[in-house]
Amino acid sequence: MPQKPIGIDIRYVSYLARLQLTKAEAAQFSAQLKDILKAVEKLNELDVTNVEPTAHAVPLTNVLRKDEVQPSIASADVMRNAPQQARGLFIVPKIVEQG
Amino acid sequence: MMLHTQTIHELRARLRRGELSAREVTQAVLDRIAGLDGKIKAYNWLNADDALTQAEAIDRAGSAKDGKPLAGVPIAIKDLINVKGQPCTCASKILRGYIAPYDAFVIGQLRRAGAILLGRTNMDEFAMGSSTENSSWGVTRNPWDLERIPGGSSGGSAAAVAADEAIAALGSDTGGSIRQPAALCGCVGLKPTYGRVSRYGLVAFASSLDQIGPLTKDVEDCAVLLGVLAGHDVKDSTSVAQAVPNYTQSLGKGVKGLRVGMPKEYFIAGMDREVEAAVRGAIQKLQSLGAEVVELSLPHTEYAVAVYYLIATAEASANLARFDGVRYGLRVDGDDPIEMYLRTRGAGFGPEVKRRIILGTYALSAGYYDAYYLRAQKARTLIRRDFEKAFEKCDVIVTPTSPTAAFKVGEKADDPLQMYLSDVFTLSVNLAGICGVSIPCGFTTNPKLPIGLQILGKSFGEETILRAAHAYEQAMDWHKQRPTL
Repeated sequence: MPQKPIGIDIRYVSYLARLQLTKAEAAQFSAQLKDILKAVEKLNELDVTNVEPTAHAVPLTNVLRKDEVQPSIASADVMRNAPQQARGLFIVPKIVEQG
Repeated sequence: MMLHTQTIHELRARLRRGELSAREVTQAVLDRIAGLDGKIKAYNWLNADDALTQAEAIDRAGSAKDGKPLAGVPIAIKDLINVKGQPCTCASKILRGYIAPYDAFVIGQLRRAGAILLGRTNMDEFAMGSSTENSSWGVTRNPWDLERIPGGSSGGSAAAVAADEAIAALGSDTGGSIRQPAALCGCVGLKPTYGRVSRYGLVAFASSLDQIGPLTKDVEDCAVLLGVLAGHDVKDSTSVAQAVPNYTQSLGKGVKGLRVGMPKEYFIAGMDREVEAAVRGAIQKLQSLGAEVVELSLPHTEYAVAVYYLIATAEASANLARFDGVRYGLRVDGDDPIEMYLRTRGAGFGPEVKRRIILGTYALSAGYYDAYYLRAQKARTLIRRDFEKAFEKCDVIVTPTSPTAAFKVGEKADDPLQMYLSDVFTLSVNLAGICGVSIPCGFTTNPKLPIGLQILGKSFGEETILRAAHAYEQAMDWHKQRPTL
């Protein structure tokens, strides 16, 4: 963990997380997250040398099934929730610039 | 006889004998909701006609006489478990209008068992909170005192059960979200061992911690409902292929010779005096019933809150990336996809969800991953080992579920860190992946508010914790006390 507690660069991280924040939110979250990070610094007290990380409580790896086609949810049922769609496709704003 | 006050096991006998119909039971619960939910606000969504149609189908099929375990029993579902054809909002604005196109695994299990799917219960948005105040639908009230919170995040489910607005309910528990509201509302709530119940169809918050579980009026109902929910599912690769025992058979066997562990880190200065007295009293009761009390230590307990809030938020930041306005839910238009994501997520998520996504994104970001996320995962190993060592000396561990009884609406709403500390006794259980149940063990005096006893077991030790919970419950009468409404 960094020696000096580093505050979160709220603009940068909220952009990484694709979250638009109001000015008031950004100010409030900065202060609150600073307190939370201070509390989390407590983990610095622990010696974790040679300790394996736990990603999962149950030791299961590579759970595979037979490679057989199974029925899945009908695409019409899925598309019903789309904010914008046409011909079974999701419509999104244009990604590629016109050349 | 007021049908809505009945338990699953009481109703089941009468339904089986044909003295009652599923329709009558469902109507009684719907009437109770209609009369009361304006005050409690446990439900986000309800379709009375649909519930009655389900009940009539159960009656026509004679499911109760066939011995289906939940035939004709109305059950409320936390609003983050998918039920085909019903909304699933996670109490968020970002999922308004979404209609689930499929059933969660547990919903299939409930349908096969003959249950009536009543409606959707309120919660903290995306299960992030301990008071059900972080809901875009408004605050659910504690049936014991309407000025107080019901706990969270499964606060709607706990309040519905405590107020007899459902015979039982499903919740989900990532850091205490079943056990803490069960404690604060005076009902029984169980978090199964990680992998015991399939998460397929549960909207993910923190995938390595989440489990679905029952909230019920007593321990026998908890055993019945857990038996229906549990099982292996190929659609959840973390669900474990282990036979499901008959949980009700472990009840009534008593606690003679059972070794009950009492971890000193869970009896700390600053916890509520009445809570401590009630829990110590419960441990003495278990002792007088023949259990052997063993004092022990879980030395890394004080790190659990920090570990939890790094791991849970990191996983949440990844899981909630799917809410981007493309395939379902809210969309706020933008000139390009990134602007659309920014605006949609900025408008759709509430403050606590945003805070946690930012913290999680930060903990996973370049330069901080090793310092925060990886270190938290290593500390998680130490917490898990604490429990492994403890269970060499005891069969169950007994603690308070929550350091205080229900607090007032608004009391902690502006201080996220204080709110996180209300989960201090429940978080470690999810980090270790073991099971735990909360049962009533007394009341505070003024006002009268329920106090919860938490009983923890080894991985797949549900039979043992239910056995201990049942022995204590039957020796007392806390579970029979109802709020005056």
